[in-house]
Amino acid sequence: MEKLKLRLKSEPVNRAKEISKEIVEDLMDLIRENTTTSIERTVLRLFGIIGADIDDTPYVNIIVKQLMKKGVLEMGASLYVLNACVHHDEEPEVIAKMVAEENLDLTEIPMGDYEKINALSQRLTQAAMDHIAKIKDERDKLLYETWSDPPRPYKYVIVATGNIHEDVVQAQAAARQGADIIAVIRSTAQSLLDYVPEGATTEGFGGTYATQENFRIMRKALDVVGEEQNRYIRLVNYASGLCMPEIAMMGAWEGLDFLLNDSMYGILFRDINMQRTIIDQYFSRLICAASHITINTGEDNYLTTSDAIEKAYAVTASQLINEAFALKAGMEPKYMGLGHAFEINPDIKDGLSYEIAHALLTRELFPEATLKYMPPTKHMTGDIFKGYAMNTMFNFVSVLTGQDIQLLGMLTEAIHTPFMQDRYLAVKNADYIFNNTFSLGKEFSIDDDSFISQRAHKVLEQAIELLEHTREVGLMQSIEEANFADIKRTQTGGKGLDGVIKKSPKYYNPFEGAFRRLLNLDDEVFEGGVH
Amino acid sequence: MMIYPYGDTTNDGAMQLSFTLPLKASALAKEAAKSLVKKMGFEKTEVVSMQDLGGDFSFFVVYGHTTTGINTDDIQVVEAKFDHMDRVQVDEYIEEQIGRKLVVVGATIESDAHTVGLDAILNMKGYHGDYGLERYKNFEVYNMGSQVLCEDLIKKCKEVKADVVLVSQIVTQKNIHVKNLSKLMDLMEAEGLRHHIIAAVGGPRISHELALELGYDIGFGPGTIPSQVASYIATTKKERLENE
Ligand code: B12
Repeated sequence: MEKLKLRLKSEPVNRAKEISKEIVEDLMDLIRENTTTSIERTVLRLFGIIGADIDDTPYVNIIVKQLMKKGVLEMGASLYVLNACVHHDEEPEVIAKMVAEENLDLTEIPMGDYEKINALSQRLTQAAMDHIAKIKDERDKLLYETWSDPPRPYKYVIVATGNIHEDVVQAQAAARQGADIIAVIRSTAQSLLDYVPEGATTEGFGGTYATQENFRIMRKALDVVGEEQNRYIRLVNYASGLCMPEIAMMGAWEGLDFLLNDSMYGILFRDINMQRTIIDQYFSRLICAASHITINTGEDNYLTTSDAIEKAYAVTASQLINEAFALKAGMEPKYMGLGHAFEINPDIKDGLSYEIAHALLTRELFPEATLKYMPPTKHMTGDIFKGYAMNTMFNFVSVLTGQDIQLLGMLTEAIHTPFMQDRYLAVKNADYIFNNTFSLGKEFSIDDDSFISQRAHKVLEQAIELLEHTREVGLMQSIEEANFADIKRTQTGGKGLDGVIKKSPKYYNPFEGAFRRLLNLDDEVFEGGVH
Repeated sequence: MMIYPYGDTTNDGAMQLSFTLPLKASALAKEAAKSLVKKMGFEKTEVVSMQDLGGDFSFFVVYGHTTTGINTDDIQVVEAKFDHMDRVQVDEYIEEQIGRKLVVVGATIESDAHTVGLDAILNMKGYHGDYGLERYKNFEVYNMGSQVLCEDLIKKCKEVKADVVLVSQIVTQKNIHVKNLSKLMDLMEAEGLRHHIIAAVGGPRISHELALELGYDIGFGPGTIPSQVASYIATTKKERLENE
């Protein structure tokens, strides 16, 4: 039997995708020609440099800062670290300590034998790529062979106590209650930190710091429950911000399954500079694509700052742009968790018809994507009873329209980060609705002249108009015009532009090439080479 | 007047409670829930639902009848008092009583990135069909957006000679808003600005009482509409000018 379908015409769909591709293509020179402090720190982390000095400044930050100060970061940080390794016959982590604790100046070491540097580079790069592949394979095996992928929509809940050990208690309880996916929300404003904190953390505001150690602790905790329940429980964290590539690397290293990773979220919602974000998102997505991390995009948020009916098309346009960026980074569609939301004001007459139209549009535009569907948030108030009813409607639309990742609505959304019972009630609501309406979608069909069908086509049409305009003026200008989320940002404004560095023609970064080869992105050489 | 919660009979004191206990769902847990509620002063308690939350937790829904009542004569409310006018009235009031535009600077301060509440008060479009302050003839509005450092906000207030500063704080976890709001107030005092400027704070977890405690003139909670804020500003500014 057929599922509920809009039967979108292929002409506008193809056109929308073609325009989006061109919008992204237009930014590839910017991406190719520049690196960022965060990309360079990621490369050093991939070489095995972890740890921080007594002031908690990560070693990778100390090294990148030194190279930046000396004006040589345009060559890529790896070259200097590799050279120092050859010179001192030491591993990168030892060199890092020497820089941090003994004031070793990497730029004062004479450039050594290129062959030795190259050989070391190859060995270290291979070791990192092997580790990432191993983690990916282990996950894929658990998920698809040892156990099986849970039925969709996947039930996704968040924990956000600020203390990773408390998070573990809540996450394990949520998994035992039936959650398929656990997201650890980050501490307020971590995205504005131009470094990733080290170690296990117990103090956070509205969330818990994303650190490599915290990732490891939570992965282990979920594996324990997974073992107990014979299923794999997915783990989520957030990459957007000034450390997008670094967090992607840590996620790949520690076996995270999803990462919030949007090409525009940081720009719009955290005021990160747009050039910085566009460059960072690319490298970050290479890592995600290589490690089978599903990215989650943040279009749902647009409907908190703009009207969910009036500006529905901006969500669609942004999904198409996010998809085009992900394709450029070699990502398979099934790892694209394109976002949207159930955020229409509940007082609106026939609001549900709009919600169904928007949800079906997203479903049919991206048939292979693992769509991320966000619950009502903005119109949740302290009235938990009304909130619970709204979440029920949301769950209903999701199952009816075939969504994939269901961020379960919390009845106390307007009040606090969830209590343990809030998650339980959310899972039970979803279980009830998903089971009770399991095949209902197959019982109905949508007429081409129905409100739902016409509404979906109209939103697509409006999205194409915005995309055409964006292609004409360029994505950055389009963001300047506040076309996305009604938020205006400028090309040179926001945080982090000082961390964007024009690459020298001799720039060297062995991982860019390694990832691109792995993902068959061999259209051009990106990496430079040791000359 | 003495009052009690109302279930289906006057003064029956009926209430519903829900909570989680760190115990496995069991006869012991159920009894613990009941005893807890009894100890809180409830009678005729009934545990109507006990659900296993996994691990060592269970969730309860309990009904009971409280014996505690409250005498409304003893209650004091900390409430901001001002005449609520509409936009046209406020504009006229400012023109007649003050005779110049009032300069308003708004921001969500420090680490807080939420703008929707502040924009609801300031943007043309407003909130719930009530136009925002930018729409008023007699306000000159500077909306600095979110993640604004207190230092930058103060600089702006000086630069444009603000009459009013409107601060939004949405994130309240671990009392971070108290920290941020105190910082701003300390800086305003240190810079000698406090007495010239009307300082208002708003947000879903902000009460007038808290605002006063932290040294602000007024606090606006959930559901605030722009014309309330406008009315307060206009009437307060006039009072201040009279007292100068
Ligand atoms: C939209 C939203 C976001 C958007 C914000 C987009 C934007 N540009 O504003 C995004 C996605 C970016 C976001 C991020 C986060 N959010 Co948020 N967010 C919300 C949400 C869903 C709605 C808020 C909203 O827009 N309400 C609508 C407006 C109109 O209402 P309002 O803010 O109450 O404003 C009214 C009044 O309070 C008052 N008012 C407000 N400010 C002012 C100022 C003045 C001067 C005056 C007079 C009046 C006034 O007037 C307004 C109109 O009546 C709430 C949940 C909820 N339903 O409340 C969570 C919520 C506020 N967020 C929360 C959290 C924790 C976060 C994050 C920290 C999560 C994280 N760890 O990353 C980040 C914050 C990052 C940061 N640095 O701040 C928590 C806060 C918990 C707490 N009590 O501390 C909430 C409650 C969700 C939750 N349950 O966890 N969020």
